[in-house]
Amino acid sequence: MSEQRITLMKEKLALLQPLQLEITDDSHHHAGHAGADNGGHFSLLIKSDQFVGKNLVQRHRMVYDALGDLMQTQIHALSIRALTPNE
Amino acid sequence: MDILERIKEQVTANPVIIYMKGTPKMPQCGFSSRAAQALQACGIPFAYVNVLADEEILVNLPRFANWPTFPQIYVKGELIGGCDITLELHQKGELKQMLEQAVV
Repeated sequence: MSEQRITLMKEKLALLQPLQLEITDDSHHHAGHAGADNGGHFSLLIKSDQFVGKNLVQRHRMVYDALGDLMQTQIHALSIRALTPNE
Repeated sequence: MDILERIKEQVTANPVIIYMKGTPKMPQCGFSSRAAQALQACGIPFAYVNVLADEEILVNLPRFANWPTFPQIYVKGELIGGCDITLELHQKGELKQMLEQAVV
């Protein structure tokens, strides 16, 4: 289940042409809490040229937009670090 | 009043406002809790809305801001980010400065 979700996320995030992409499943930290059943908790580190010149809000929106409906269906919570190649 | 107008009025009327799950004293989510703690650590008064107690806001805030998750933190009517960005700004020492400028 978890690996499927990570694979789906990676497919969607390919849109941002990541130079580095690490997704960690943190769901086990949240087992049993309200909402934990309707999607996993993930941490995401993504490095892309497309973030150059973009502020943090814009970068996070790009990640959310790329993930699309996964945000509603597969992901309950997502922690994001979105970096440019030089950061 | 239309819900998007109501949100617009809230973020305009309050120089610093957090939309969170629960309240700063009784947070219902770890991300909301950490973001509220960072705001509190700056020592600037801020408003909050418990989105779990207002379903209309819970459902509509994501489309207001084109931002799908909670918490959401607004300074002077602008979304500054969610938990990750707020904590990052706090660690860099920029959050306090932003909040101080907002309440001048």
